[in-house]
Amino acid sequence: MPWSGVAPSNCCAIWSRAEPSRVSTPLASSPNGGAAEGTRAGPHLGLSLQFNEVEKRYGMRLALRGISLEIAAGECVALVGHNGSGKTTLLKIAAQLTRPSRGKITFDSGDNPISLEEVKNRIGMVGHHTLLYEELSAEENLIFFAKLFGLENPAEKARQALQPVGLTGRATDLVRTFSRGMRQRLSIARALLASPGLLLLDEAGTGLDPEGQHWLGATIQRLRDSGCTILMSTHGRNETQGAVTRAIRLDGGKITHDSGAHGNPNEILVMAAVRESGEEGAP
Amino acid sequence: MTLARATGVILAKELRTEFRSRELLGTTVVFVLIVIVLFSFTFNPTSSESRRFGPGLLWLAFLFAGSLMLQSSFLREQTNDTLAALRLAPIDPFSILAGKMAANFLFLLLVEVILLPVFAVLYNVAILPVLGPLLLVLALGTIGLAATGTVFSAVAAQARLRELLLPLLLLPVLAPVLIASTEATIGVLRDPSELSPVWLTFLACFDVVFLTAAWMVGEYLLEE
Repeated sequence: MPWSGVAPSNCCAIWSRAEPSRVSTPLASSPNGGAAEGTRAGPHLGLSLQFNEVEKRYGMRLALRGISLEIAAGECVALVGHNGSGKTTLLKIAAQLTRPSRGKITFDSGDNPISLEEVKNRIGMVGHHTLLYEELSAEENLIFFAKLFGLENPAEKARQALQPVGLTGRATDLVRTFSRGMRQRLSIARALLASPGLLLLDEAGTGLDPEGQHWLGATIQRLRDSGCTILMSTHGRNETQGAVTRAIRLDGGKITHDSGAHGNPNEILVMAAVRESGEEGAP
Repeated sequence: MTLARATGVILAKELRTEFRSRELLGTTVVFVLIVIVLFSFTFNPTSSESRRFGPGLLWLAFLFAGSLMLQSSFLREQTNDTLAALRLAPIDPFSILAGKMAANFLFLLLVEVILLPVFAVLYNVAILPVLGPLLLVLALGTIGLAATGTVFSAVAAQARLRELLLPLLLLPVLAPVLIASTEATIGVLRDPSELSPVWLTFLACFDVVFLTAAWMVGEYLLEE
C-alpha cells in the first residue's frame, strides 16, 4: 500500500488530544497549546529530562554506568553505539519500564517539574518489538491504546492516526496478517496516538522500506519542530538522522561522545556509520 | 483514568482476543471433560458415593482447567512485548492484573458452567435444587483460583522455566482454597444440603486478602 504522506492537517489530527487532566497545566492553556481546538500543539509541548548518575545492573552485568545527561525540551537526540552498549536500557529507563539500580531520572514540562505519573501521559515509545496485539485489527489496537490513555473519541483518534501511516485501507485487518513494515508503521501510529511530549524510538526505522524511512524522517523533523523531545537509538546513517540536533555515543554503558545541545551531531553520526559499515564489511 | 475503567478496557481486550482465537477455552473444555468422563468410568459411582468424593473430583478438574488457562495469561503479552505497552499507559498497574483476573475468572466460570451438567449426569448428582448455593461456592473458589493464578502467572512469565514454575508456585498457595471449596461443595451436595458459613467466610477472606496483596504489590510484579 502506498504511503499517503503526512499532510499537515493529518498531523494536526494526531496532535489533537484533549486530555482533561492537562487542561489546567500551563502547557495546555498556552495560546500555542491549542489541544482543545484540535490544532497542532505548541512549542512548549516537549518534556525535558535529566539523568543523574544513572546506573543499571542486570545481575552481575552493568548495562549503564553512571549516566548523567540533561536533555532539553525540543531536542532530538540520537543514541548511537554497538549492540549491548546500553541504548535500549537508557530508553527503557526514560520510559519508566525499568528502574535504575542507582541514580535517578527527573522530568520537567517548561519550568514545572512533573510527577512520574503525569509523565506517563506524555511519553510515546516505539520499541524493539511492535507492542501490538496480533489478534486485534489495526484499528482495534489503536482504539484500545487510545482508551487506556483516556483520549476522547478513541475510534475517531484511531482513524486519524491510521491515515498518515497509510493503513486506512487495512484498518479492519488483523495485525497478524501485516508485513513487518506495516506493523512498524502501526507501532509508530500507536506511539504518536496520545501526542507525546517525549518520543522514545528504539531503532524505529527497522522493517521500513526507503519510502517509509523517508516518511519517518519527515515525521520526526515535524515533531521536533513542534517542540516534542525525541530520544532515539539508531545504527549508521539513515533518513531519520536529518532531524537530529544532538548525538550521543554510548560504549559499554558509558557516554563516550556527546555533541552537546548546540554542537554538530554529524561527526558522531558519521563515525557510527563508518564503524557500522566497517563491521558489516569485516570478514 | 480510573482503576475500574482501565480494568474494564483491559477485560474487554482479553475477552475479544480469546473469543476471536478460542485457543484456550476450546482446549480447556475438552481437557476437563475428558478428566470428568474418565473418572466416572473408573469409579462408576452411586449417587451417595458421588456426593462424598464428587466435589473433590470436580475441583480437581477445575484446578486442571486453571493450570491450563492461567499459564498463558501473561505469556500472551510476551509475543510482541505488549506488556510493555500496557505499562507505558498512564493507568494503575493493578488494573492490568485486575483486568486479567476478571477475564480468567469469567473463562473459568464458563468452563465450570459447561462442566456442571456433565458432572450431574455422569455422577448422578441433582444439582438443580442446590444451584444457587453451588454457584456461590464456585464463584468464591474461582475468584481465589483466578486471583492467585493471575498473580503467579505474572511472576512466572518472566522466569526461564516458566512452564514448570507456575504449578510449583501456585499449588501450595491454592491448597487452602481447594480444600475450602471442596468442603463447601460437599456441604452443598449433601442430603440435606448445607451451606457452611465457616468455609464460605474462609473463601471470602482468602479472596479479599489476596486481591489486596495483589493491589499493593501489582506494580512490582509487572516490572522486568
